Amino acid sequence: MTRLAPTPHERIDRSRPVRFTFRGETIEAFEGDTIGSALYAAGRRVFSRSFKYHRPRGLVCCSGHCANCQMTVDGEPNVRVCVTPVREGANVTGQNFLGSLDRDLMQVTDKLGGPFTPPGFYYKTFIRPRRLWPLYEKMLRGAAGLGKIDKHGARRDRVEVEHRHVDLVVIGGGEAGLEAAAGAAADGDSVIVVDEGFDVGGALLADRDGHARAAELKQQALDAGAELLAPAVAIGLFEYGMVPIAHGNTLIKVRAARVVVATGIVEQPLVFPGNDLVGVMLPEGVRRLVNLWSIKPAERAFVLTADDRGLAAAADLEAAGVEVAGILDLREGQPPNIEARGHKGRVEAVSVNGRIERCDLVVMSGSPQPNYKVLAQAGARVEFDDARGVFVPTDLPANVEAVGAVAGDVGEPAVATPVLGYTGEKSFVCFCEDQTAKDLKYAIAEGFDSIELSKRYTTVTMGPCQGRLCHVNSIRVYAKATGLDENAIGTTTARPPHAPVSLGLLAGRPQEPVKRTSLHHAHEALGAQMMWTGAWKRPHSYGPDPGAEAQHVHHAIGLIDVSTLGKLLVAGPEAGEFLDRVYPNRLSDLKVGRIRYGVLTGDAGRIMDDGTIARLDDEAFYVTTTSTGADAVYQWLTWWNAVWSMDVRFAQLTGAVAAINVAGPKARELMQRVSDDDFSNESIAYLDARHVRVAGVPTLALRIGFVGELGYELHFPSPHAEFVWDTLLERGRDLGAAPFGLEPQRILRLEKGHVIVGQDTDSESNLLEAAMPWIVKNDKPFEWVGKWATQQVAERGLRWMLVGFESPTGEIPVEGSQVVADGRSAGRVTSVRRSDELGKVIGLAILPHELAVDGGRFDVQIGKRRVPMTVHLGPFFDAAGERLKA
Amino acid sequence: MSLLVTCPNCGPREVEELRCAGESTRRPAQPPTQRELNDYVYFRDNVWGVQREWWFCRVCEDWFLAERHTYTNEVLRTWHPSTEILALPAKQGVPQEPA
Repeated sequence: MTRLAPTPHERIDRSRPVRFTFRGETIEAFEGDTIGSALYAAGRRVFSRSFKYHRPRGLVCCSGHCANCQMTVDGEPNVRVCVTPVREGANVTGQNFLGSLDRDLMQVTDKLGGPFTPPGFYYKTFIRPRRLWPLYEKMLRGAAGLGKIDKHGARRDRVEVEHRHVDLVVIGGGEAGLEAAAGAAADGDSVIVVDEGFDVGGALLADRDGHARAAELKQQALDAGAELLAPAVAIGLFEYGMVPIAHGNTLIKVRAARVVVATGIVEQPLVFPGNDLVGVMLPEGVRRLVNLWSIKPAERAFVLTADDRGLAAAADLEAAGVEVAGILDLREGQPPNIEARGHKGRVEAVSVNGRIERCDLVVMSGSPQPNYKVLAQAGARVEFDDARGVFVPTDLPANVEAVGAVAGDVGEPAVATPVLGYTGEKSFVCFCEDQTAKDLKYAIAEGFDSIELSKRYTTVTMGPCQGRLCHVNSIRVYAKATGLDENAIGTTTARPPHAPVSLGLLAGRPQEPVKRTSLHHAHEALGAQMMWTGAWKRPHSYGPDPGAEAQHVHHAIGLIDVSTLGKLLVAGPEAGEFLDRVYPNRLSDLKVGRIRYGVLTGDAGRIMDDGTIARLDDEAFYVTTTSTGADAVYQWLTWWNAVWSMDVRFAQLTGAVAAINVAGPKARELMQRVSDDDFSNESIAYLDARHVRVAGVPTLALRIGFVGELGYELHFPSPHAEFVWDTLLERGRDLGAAPFGLEPQRILRLEKGHVIVGQDTDSESNLLEAAMPWIVKNDKPFEWVGKWATQQVAERGLRWMLVGFESPTGEIPVEGSQVVADGRSAGRVTSVRRSDELGKVIGLAILPHELAVDGGRFDVQIGKRRVPMTVHLGPFFDAAGERLKA
Repeated sequence: MSLLVTCPNCGPREVEELRCAGESTRRPAQPPTQRELNDYVYFRDNVWGVQREWWFCRVCEDWFLAERHTYTNEVLRTWHPSTEILALPAKQGVPQEPA
């Protein structure tokens, strides 16, 4: 390990060694090192392979701005090792190569690719023959790109989301940011400081004497009560002071009353041939190596600079014992012809107007630019300040402040950094995406003469650095090529995130909410196979034969948990009129203790939901909805009442009330066993609702018949659910009482031709074409919701009809199969089941209206064959309703 | 979308706790022609600027109206519709949404 003599300001603690492995080789580091600094100290110079050309790349900024040091650390790809603190035992590897970092076979693309890989080459070079594109694409995707995600590996870490509310978020923990934080915190504000670096301090960390100042400011901020998060990324700055912060495995969503942006500057590379060779670095990168980590970065350095930052780097290099072969100050005189020359990707000389200087390090320093991206994304305007030569954010959003260098205070006036060359070795503008000055000129020549178009075409600024190192240079190349000035060219839209964030963090914890009824455990104990229906888990069936479960309902007693039904109480003096306005049928004249079926439509006339409405007393109606429609119907009804402001109140009872449907020819006998109330036809007839007690539990019994047999739907407080369920099963054991699931229920309701909204209807279905004309009551004195659209359907004439059908051949088409008429698709099968009771295959289908004739024939496509079906209008089972009303 | 919306009952809330039900519409007072019905059912102004819209608060399960700028997401005001209805003449014939 090569380190300089210890200094008082170095960051490393030489008494605390840390070891990690790089490609299996042990690397000795110190506490305070980053993985990048330790690898550099161990002699590593090549850190990555570039995106397209697979050129070797080394450390450039050492500040976490660029993507040149991205490696895979403990399986996590694309980690910027220059700012990642060393961890004992970490496993570090390179990425994006075939072979090794030092000998990447894919580098052939750099030699051969040039002429074949201009901007848009995917679509130019590889477009013919068309049929080979999938092959090309596979090959190109393999060749380009960054680190690889282990798709088969389990997610290593749990991610968390945290919500915070603070008075102030400071983005950027440099000198200006820490001062702002300390000041606000001292005034009693709650303050969070976010910094991308391994620690706060920002630009101070590069200065030999800045380290002490940074420590002092940090302590001041901490003493005042500010919270410092580093390394952490402020992903963006959104409305109402929302700053999402990626901090380790936590996404912190902070609402800040005020936001101070103190993101400082980004040092800019110079554009000249060979500017991406390993060993060409930005001044702060070099200074950090020397001052923070006491590393002698090279033997002989050459400095190209457009400002004093290069000179400061030269001074630090000399102090570290590096021979400075020359300093070329671009502020003096005409820009010369400069070219960096390398061997095997590493710089070995600089040529200035043909004069060769041998060196193993080149410091390049364009004039720095304010790091305004987060401000621009939040809505600030960005203007070019001619006098200072920098892009400055203006018109900041409310409650957002810019302090320090990001506001344009970059110190000395910058000179417009010249673009130094196009020819010879590649001159890179965009390091992340491997775009050269020549590529940009090429794009302009092809007509992409707006900077936004060029961005999309060349992908300049779209790589992992998000334009930090290339945005301004791309504008300058444009300025030089088009003769326009910077303000006329403008900047491209800044979008979040400002630094890479893992998708896992954005996705959050994998959570799948599930609703369970109060009988869930009883179903599991009975061996039910549970299935998803919307957000609910419900029993599919309790045994291997759903058909037998359905038969059991026909011949004995079946119990089904229907607690998932939406249950609403609609009450008030105007409740009846309200329901008349939202339902197509009339409900205000419903007698107390009676039930009617109801279907909801919007004003577009489409069927939304259905259910039953029972009148409990003069002013109270008990409304049920489909299992998945409870919330939507509640919102729908309350919305109309927000519009109409009628004297009606609503209560959502879905969770509070459990419901069990007891159905079958022996249902009455069972009810009589568990209740003292009279369940005879005289007392509770078909479509009656009665308050009763079942096993002592106060219950609303609704006599309805979704499954086609004598049945009572029992609604009662859900805490009693298991007790009532168990009592019914136990007391009905000798009668054959047994549970049945959703699948047998689907068979039973299909035998009755009952519609399931969402299964047999879709977003186009209306009342008339869903064969419910009887429900439409147009003689009500109101314009009920859906009336006009329903009338217009009647006027234009019916096109479709939902009908029942039988499959005479016994073949069972898949639900959704096409109905075919005259060789064309004409409708579809919405439901189909085999009914053991009927010994037939029956179903529902949407047909052209003219085919909807009882006994008519139509064809359904099954695979490559057309299979005949027969239309059956009305219920398949108990058409007269004798079993229901028994 | 990361806005805060002030529910008249619950105060400022994260947008995830609410449902935006889109811009408010005006239901025809008289039986509409087909064109009028289509305008009312399917067409929205979709303005760049301040829009009046319906919101549902999932916390108190109540509806309210809001004026929101569709570009900046600034919510200028929120109010319960009943406060407006009180200021209107007595309901006649077909009830309609408050103006």
